[in-house]
Amino acid sequence: MFAPAPFLLKDASVSKVMLQVCLALVPGIAAYVWLISPAILAQLLIATLTALLAEACMLRIQGKPLSMFLSDGSAVVTAWLIALAFPPLAPWWLVFTGTLFAIVVAKHLYGGLGQNPFNPAMVAFAVCIVAFPSLMSQWPSVGLHMPLIDQINVILGLAPRIDALSGATPLDAMKTALKLSEGDLNVSSILTNGDIYGNIAGRGWEWVAAGYLIGGLWLWQRQLISWHIPTAFIAAMTLISGVLWIYQPSHFASPLFHLFSGGTMLGAFFIATDPVSGCTTPRGKLIFGGCVGLLAYIIRVFGGYPDGVAFAVLLMNLSAPLIDLLTQPPVFGMKDKA
Amino acid sequence: MLMNLFKFKGGVKPPSNKLQSNHLPIAQAPMPSRLVVPLHQSIGGTPRPIVQTGDHVLKGQMIGEADGWISAAVHAPTSGTVLEVAMHVRPHPSGLDSLCVVIEPDGKDEWIDRTPIDHRAVPPADVFHHLQQCGIVGLGGAGFPAHGKLTPSKGVPMDELIINGAECEPFITCDDLLMRERAEEVVRGIAVFRDLLQPKKVLIGIEDNKPEAVAAMRAAVDAQKEPFSVVAVPTLYPAGGAKQLIRVLTGKEVPGSMRSTADMGVQVFNVGTAYSAWRAIAHGEPLVSRILTITGNVQTPRNYEVLIGTPMDELLALAQPNPDTDGILMGGPMMGFMVPDPQVPVVKTTNCLIAHNDKLFPPKAPEMPCIRCGACARACPHELQPFEMYWFSRAKNFGKTQEYNIFDCIECGCCSYVCPSRIPLVQYFRFAKSEIWAREREKNASDQAKARFEFKQLREEREKAEKAEKLAKAAAAQAAKKAAEAAAAALTQADDTSGIPEATPEPSSATPAVDAEKSAKKATIEAAMARAKAQREAIQPKNTDNLTLEQQRAAAEIESRRVAAHLIEADPATASSPTSEKSE
Repeated sequence: MFAPAPFLLKDASVSKVMLQVCLALVPGIAAYVWLISPAILAQLLIATLTALLAEACMLRIQGKPLSMFLSDGSAVVTAWLIALAFPPLAPWWLVFTGTLFAIVVAKHLYGGLGQNPFNPAMVAFAVCIVAFPSLMSQWPSVGLHMPLIDQINVILGLAPRIDALSGATPLDAMKTALKLSEGDLNVSSILTNGDIYGNIAGRGWEWVAAGYLIGGLWLWQRQLISWHIPTAFIAAMTLISGVLWIYQPSHFASPLFHLFSGGTMLGAFFIATDPVSGCTTPRGKLIFGGCVGLLAYIIRVFGGYPDGVAFAVLLMNLSAPLIDLLTQPPVFGMKDKA
Repeated sequence: MLMNLFKFKGGVKPPSNKLQSNHLPIAQAPMPSRLVVPLHQSIGGTPRPIVQTGDHVLKGQMIGEADGWISAAVHAPTSGTVLEVAMHVRPHPSGLDSLCVVIEPDGKDEWIDRTPIDHRAVPPADVFHHLQQCGIVGLGGAGFPAHGKLTPSKGVPMDELIINGAECEPFITCDDLLMRERAEEVVRGIAVFRDLLQPKKVLIGIEDNKPEAVAAMRAAVDAQKEPFSVVAVPTLYPAGGAKQLIRVLTGKEVPGSMRSTADMGVQVFNVGTAYSAWRAIAHGEPLVSRILTITGNVQTPRNYEVLIGTPMDELLALAQPNPDTDGILMGGPMMGFMVPDPQVPVVKTTNCLIAHNDKLFPPKAPEMPCIRCGACARACPHELQPFEMYWFSRAKNFGKTQEYNIFDCIECGCCSYVCPSRIPLVQYFRFAKSEIWAREREKNASDQAKARFEFKQLREEREKAEKAEKLAKAAAAQAAKKAAEAAAAALTQADDTSGIPEATPEPSSATPAVDAEKSAKKATIEAAMARAKAQREAIQPKNTDNLTLEQQRAAAEIESRRVAAHLIEADPATASSPTSEKSE
């Protein structure tokens, strides 16, 4: 028996999609290695190995074909997103635990590839920030001059975790400074702290964000993601931060600061665009992206966590099926009747 | 000729593979050793066979007559002898048999008397009849009888007549070559359609990857001073789908639920249909041959003019297939199918034969889970959400598939083409559609059975009541008779005994009356038994042996009609869009 039509197929596969997503992360990773810490490569490795191991075990338990699913690359993408979202000098077991949870619980217990209602990487982040809040908040101070081998030792738990590691993200530092000073400091004076801040946002970090932006635009150009979610995400965040910034510039950082801080770019192009857990209709994607942007801003500025992208994405993952159902586009020939 | 073109959403650009077969002129295929002409070659009823084994037929002689309005006659493709009228495999993915007339050519290729008609001098009904008698059907793929599409919809003015020369399916070049070589006759055929439909505009749509065909058609239109627009439309599969071409040329979107595009004031014909209609009108030639592309894994791909009924393996041999050819693909690679047997005959809707091998069409990699990437939704020309329909088809939640408009799907294959998980989406949709049809049939059948049962109950009750009434009447009559007899007996007795006229009848005097009643009852029972016997005999089947050939053929025909009727309902491609020509 022959397979049914069509007999011609486009040269596309899940592995190719995932491989291109990984490629698109490379500019951001390069900036990370160059400006922040090469230790991120070790974290990427730990996460990747953990993800593949967990994936293999889960596939074996379910009796699914190993090579087909291991090579689809989806676990690697999840692993990389986890590594990039976690503090670079976090102990190895933190990334390990997060990745394990993402693959085993968030992905396979829900049915595996294509079935997970929540973004696995963001589940990992949420679980770890709730379970290990202090470790998840310890970011290396910028300008940390520590040999790579020592950094690796810190990750592996072979060296003591020193004070230099207990910095905060630029976003968190801004929030804490504003809160502690009780109005004595304003945003522009905080931004003059050259140790932490660069031209528009966190020193070094702003370039990592720019790297993600470039990779994301490439994904869009390759038609692997559509423009809807990133645009709505960025527009919503720009809008809400812009309104508050104009209202009280001393208390609220500019939209540019927010766009290039924390997980905005990574979230807008690589996380909120996850098709499995997000919306799929064009209007649904706009609503989804917009709400993620809005919630992320609210949580990071008014909430207790250093960043809000993970929780915003998870909250919107919950709403995605309903949004999809309510935003079905009219079909060919039925536009004036819809 | 500048014209504002519209776009349809979605579509894909598979490698066109047309250059292999479009550089050689159309060749005449040699006479095959025998011809197998299926009677059912178009949408609608199966034509009735009107020849018998041993009959000598001439080229163009009718061998199957149209069965109803939506049906078209079938003709002998050459002169020769009818070998048999029997069931043979037809070119359909099901691999089921259908009634075919098998003809052994006598090599003379002798025509019957052909009667051209002047379509302007006779009423349209006569033209329709002529086209039906000549077996003219849509050659773009669906095979809808052409005359059925030539009447404008009531109350809707005919705005545009669209001639489909898009030929968007990869590999196929038969329309391309037809337009290049026989543009004049195509244009004359279009003029006939124009005269019958009286549209405001005539638009000829050709994909812009066929510049020679566009030029030839423009030259022919200019030469005949016709006000037709020849429009080069962007090459994008499925631009040749009737509804997509209508959208591109007019901006109108015909909903999937609309049965006929004429309801929107548009009608679409394939260029090949226009050509064969002209041959029928101007030369009285019935549709006995067509142009088809032989390509794929062969040494010399090219187009041939082929007699309907030619076995496909004989045709493929003309193009010298490579030894690793492992099957014949009929139609294009996007919507075609592998024929169940290499010997199946060419029918009116066969536009292309592709020699298949694994190098040309690699076997599909294993199906992966859907990752909801939405590539299918972006590719869908009908703006459906294939991944949602897939989800519900897989779950056999057919009600939901209908909510997602599964019956708007034209099965063009764009979604399957782009799917990174290599899910055969179209197959899932065909499955869901046929399940829905089967359930509707079942429901109809059970509704009918229920109605029958209820009526039977009603009838039985009525009959019971009637019987009771009858019995009561009879009993009353009997009683009256008895009383009268008794009275009479008493009277005679009284006369005999004389003197006691008012004496009550003695018990013995009732005996003859009782006897009479008994014998009457017996007679009634006997009569009833005789009636029942007669009825039984009437119901018993008569002798089924010694049937004449005529009767056997009638039985076979009925059988084939049943088979065909079942097939049509189960065939989504034909049933989903009965009035539209499929994309070619």
